[in-house]
Amino acid sequence: MRTITQRLRAFGAFWYDFVVGDDWRVAVVVIVALAATYGVSKTSVASWWIMPLAVALILPASLWRARKK
Amino acid sequence: MTGTGGALFAAVFLACAVEAVEAVTIVLAAGTARRAWRSAGYGVAAGLAVLAVITAALGPAVTAIPIGVLRLVVGGLLLVFGLQWMRKAVLRASGHKDLHDEDAIFARELDAARGAESASRGMVEDWYAFTLSFKGVLLEGLEVVFIVLTFGANAHDVPLAALAAVIAVVLVVAVGIAIKAPLSRVPENTMKFVVAVMLTTFGIFWGAEGADTHWPGNDAALLVIAPVVALYALALVAVLRRHAPKPAAAPALQTVEH
Repeated sequence: MRTITQRLRAFGAFWYDFVVGDDWRVAVVVIVALAATYGVSKTSVASWWIMPLAVALILPASLWRARKK
Repeated sequence: MTGTGGALFAAVFLACAVEAVEAVTIVLAAGTARRAWRSAGYGVAAGLAVLAVITAALGPAVTAIPIGVLRLVVGGLLLVFGLQWMRKAVLRASGHKDLHDEDAIFARELDAARGAESASRGMVEDWYAFTLSFKGVLLEGLEVVFIVLTFGANAHDVPLAALAAVIAVVLVVAVGIAIKAPLSRVPENTMKFVVAVMLTTFGIFWGAEGADTHWPGNDAALLVIAPVVALYALALVAVLRRHAPKPAAAPALQTVEH
């Protein structure tokens, strides 16, 4: 039973590392930006700029954190 | 081939070539160190078989998802994935992370393989060579499958993405077999940087489209997003180089060659 739990945990850890990687904050910002884009797209305001802005903000933040490590 | 089709082909080709170079290095190390080419070959075949099953299972499922949802989910995943590549690429180019060096990886894998115990299981004479090759092909291949399916499904052109992947893998494997040495002359770090730019670009574009955005200029927006992402990344490299660790000189954006 313990082996199965360990294997499931290892399987989950592999996919987490594969998709999310070293900085989970990047994934969170992408999800929030997608949600904001969807929300703004339902109004009369243009929403195309939200994703590029999110990338422009999270990439240097993530790099600076990595540099400090 | 349209402009988007060309960009799709280039992105998938480069990404798959990079992954294939890494897989070839691992398999070469397994075969060379252990003199167990047959076992390494079985490992490659087993890895490819598992990848084929994963592709057969995920492919139809991915292409069956409505395009809006697909672009939202896959665009988001692609962007997270692309930013991971971008982060590593910028850190490498600015001297904060070691450059990806196939010769060094090959030497490390050789050492580990030579020191490992030999054991046979079933029809596999050298279990270590088998598992090393299997894991190398499966792990690098998973990224190939992910990129082919996400790019192909989003662009409504899985066959083109698959063709780009097959050409890249066949080319790299053929060169690897011909020279039986790690492909250290491939400008892998530069290729990784370009792939990171393309993954991020398509992730931004498709993710936003999936969230119901209409890009000014439609597909032509990609022609603006890609260079802007590239220039932004290069600017970050320039800024980070100023804070690079002192002992290591800031390296050029290319593979270290010996």
